[in-house]
Amino acid sequence: MGHILIENLNKEFVEKRRQKRDNGNTPESGQTVTVLENLNLEFEAGEMVCILGPSGCGKSTLLRIIAGFDQPTSGRVLQDGKELSSPSPDNIFVYQHNGLLPWMTVWQNVELGIRHTADPGEKEETIQEYINMVELEGFEDHYPHQLSGGMQRRAELARALVINPEMLIMDEPFSGLDFLTHMKMREEVVNMHLYLGKTILLVTHNIDDALIMGDRVVILSGRPAQVNLNRKLEFPHPRDPKTAPELQELREEIFFMLGVSYAV
Amino acid sequence: MLAFSGSLIIWELVAEFSGWSTQVFPGPGAVMVSLIELIANGTLIKHSVASLFRVTAGFYLAMLLGIPMGMCLGRCRALRLLINPIIHFLRPISPLAWIPLSMLWFGIGDLPAIFLIFLSSFFPLLVATTIAVRSINPIYFQVATNFNFSRWETFTKIMVPATIPAIVTALRLSITIAWLVVVAAEMIAVQSGLGYLILDSRNALRMDYVMVGMVVIGLIGLLLDYIMRQLMKIESAAWGTLGSR
Repeated sequence: MGHILIENLNKEFVEKRRQKRDNGNTPESGQTVTVLENLNLEFEAGEMVCILGPSGCGKSTLLRIIAGFDQPTSGRVLQDGKELSSPSPDNIFVYQHNGLLPWMTVWQNVELGIRHTADPGEKEETIQEYINMVELEGFEDHYPHQLSGGMQRRAELARALVINPEMLIMDEPFSGLDFLTHMKMREEVVNMHLYLGKTILLVTHNIDDALIMGDRVVILSGRPAQVNLNRKLEFPHPRDPKTAPELQELREEIFFMLGVSYAV
Repeated sequence: MLAFSGSLIIWELVAEFSGWSTQVFPGPGAVMVSLIELIANGTLIKHSVASLFRVTAGFYLAMLLGIPMGMCLGRCRALRLLINPIIHFLRPISPLAWIPLSMLWFGIGDLPAIFLIFLSSFFPLLVATTIAVRSINPIYFQVATNFNFSRWETFTKIMVPATIPAIVTALRLSITIAWLVVVAAEMIAVQSGLGYLILDSRNALRMDYVMVGMVVIGLIGLLLDYIMRQLMKIESAAWGTLGSR
């Protein structure tokens, strides 16, 4: 359930943008750009995988290929031995923002995942259960624009989970949240993961997110993306990199790897 | 209201002291008398109904064809490349330039006028819908594939609600154009309607009737815009923004 094998994955695309300024490293129009080069990764079922990397390195492209929104140039992604090539409700993508349909209420958005459930009573119960789980009871009839950023992310999480997917694919799910909401959401996602045990792929810019949440941390290099580090983290939750010496060491190593010599 | 009564007073004063006779430049009093006269003998109602009928028919036709076609064009790049050049060639041709051809094709009567109104609203609606569909955030289509939406669900749950605001705005703008065009069309092709009333009164040198026609056109234009503004409530209902404006 949710075991992921990425084999020799390559992604190239032809640059379409017209050249505005030439600073030497921006690709020219018509030029082929390699975003992912010969990527090999394996994630165990039920793992929370945190993917870090410099911006523009192709993290989101990797997620989009795994979700089936984008096709690789060569190579393949296997889920439990079957090739993944098109989007399916088994693997739900959670967006940075705007993932909820703005013309639907929280209830209607959550309902999308189980809209084919025949028994209306059962359907209603399940929707309510997941809305309560993300602590949005009382907000069922609110539209996304009436919710705070954190509540929108939680509603989207409920929509993703209600379908009972095998895997969640989260593209910087905490970006744009204020500090406290970020902390709380992180804790909620960790608890949700411990409770439900789903495979989660999560792209983040925040090293502490990866160290606190991840069962595995993957660091990609700059374009074309290759695996710089693939480390399993076997530390119990809750974690604090400030007090655990091994985490602290790893943290400094990652900072150095990403080109920052002084970890803050 | 203040602006309205102010302009009425200025109109009356100009009519009184300009030295023009009532036949050439009737004041609001004279026009009011003629208005009541035309309402009483039923002429005004007859002409207004004729104009409104043509606008409604042409406008509905434009909606029924323009909006679905715009949806298809917005979604299908190949179709867009094929048809867009034709649309953008035809679009700047004033509906009035079609008058000779439409009379030749549809004869005298309601049909040529309806055709002209259709032309005047069809292109704005088509182009607005196409743009609205193209500017839907691609994330929503991704959500649709992620949750296994059928084509029909993608249409009803994504495309329709996402484009309602833009389409409502386009409807509001194009009904105004349609109302402008009906009056012009009626001056040529038909024997009834407010445009015909104005033309016929000019021929009879009844400037008071001409002005009655103009006043009624303005009033009905206001009414149409009011009706269209009610459509905005549909938009608010769909997006849950009711009361937040």
